Amino acid sequence: MIAVIRYNAGNVLSVMNALSRMGKDAVLTDDRAAIERADKVIFPGVGEASSAMAYLKAHRLDEVIRGLRQPFLGICLGMQLMCASSEEGDTECLGIFPERVRLFPKGRGWKIPHVGWNTLERLSGPLFKASEEGDYAYFVHSYYVPLSDSASSVTEYDGVVFSSSLSRGNFHGVQFHPEKSGEEGERILRSFLEET
Amino acid sequence: MLAKRIIPCLDVKDGRTVKGVNFVSLRDAGSAADLARFYSLNGADELVLLDITATVEKRGTMVSLVREVARRISIPFTVGGGIRDEDDVDRMLSAGADKISVNSAAVRNPSLIDALAGRFGSQCVVLALDARSNPSLPSGYETVVDGGRTPTGLDALSWAREAAGRGAGEVLLTSMDKDGTKDGFAVDLTRIISSNIDIPVIASGGAGKMEDFRTVFVEGKADAALAASVFHFHEIDIPDLKRYLREAGIPVR
Repeated sequence: MIAVIRYNAGNVLSVMNALSRMGKDAVLTDDRAAIERADKVIFPGVGEASSAMAYLKAHRLDEVIRGLRQPFLGICLGMQLMCASSEEGDTECLGIFPERVRLFPKGRGWKIPHVGWNTLERLSGPLFKASEEGDYAYFVHSYYVPLSDSASSVTEYDGVVFSSSLSRGNFHGVQFHPEKSGEEGERILRSFLEET
Repeated sequence: MLAKRIIPCLDVKDGRTVKGVNFVSLRDAGSAADLARFYSLNGADELVLLDITATVEKRGTMVSLVREVARRISIPFTVGGGIRDEDDVDRMLSAGADKISVNSAAVRNPSLIDALAGRFGSQCVVLALDARSNPSLPSGYETVVDGGRTPTGLDALSWAREAAGRGAGEVLLTSMDKDGTKDGFAVDLTRIISSNIDIPVIASGGAGKMEDFRTVFVEGKADAALAASVFHFHEIDIPDLKRYLREAGIPVR
């Protein structure tokens, strides 16, 4: 069974729809036991970091997530919450990855959020076993994870090269939205779901 | 590298697709859900579903269409047309839309943008700005509402700036001078808005041939380009358009 973590962040429906298109059964849940029992756990999210973390803590989901051993995939805000901290609301996060999440600098003629299809480069790790260098994925975010030893892909936006995905052991995170990235995204989700 | 986006727009009435020339006469271009699915598999980067009759007909048909489209496509889509308040937005996002666009309601009540960005996040709030040439205003363009029928006296650039400041995440900029003409995008208008605000701009209105897209990306500095009838009536095939743009050195997916 695939558990999709329910919390006060948007965009869970698009993940459920993507899984259903792929013929996969999933439950949307905030029940700690159900999450611990699942074969795979997906942690989606569009929203604001400090209120999302407050919700996770209030429901003691932070402890549960840190202790999981099965394949785990954080998406967008989900990946950012897996880091040590975020500049968004100066939030202490889950600390699965040691990075600090940063805001794209304003005032250089940059457009923020970084929105649209961008390329994934320097691919490594199990999420990308069916992908090709330079595959496109859909991004929409204003905060980013800097380059990291855990980066399993990198992406460039207006001169800043950042970690567009992270992997360490059973924990994976993607800054982009595989559930909204057409066939390229579906290949990444499938690769994750084939992990054991 | 960030790609320039190609966005087909589906003008929806009663769950079907129609495209008005200058928003008056309607021609039928098939089922909206089928067309959305077709585009998602044929190179479209995003879709816009515009409920062109939302103000006079029941909203229920649109919500069920949004739900069906969300189930069937794997690219982002925006829903616009007749979005008036937080409840309308909540209904569309809950049905599976990724973003909503606001137009007249935001002009009449700009704080709606703050409220929507605060509650749902800037990433899902698109300002739909319809503009028409007016040399007496500083930018040379005036904001118009009600499908182009009502002038507001509001300078298009100052409204775009204000909306960005209030938390809009993107601007969907339609030239009412060009819409329906197939005469090319409003390059001057697009460049003025896009180079003076710090959120992405989607150019809309006037697409007739592939070269028009190249021009609005290169000279108009657009981040994305939207069109309807040239796609619906197979005058331009999106994979062909992408190939053409790629050869012209423009990054596309």
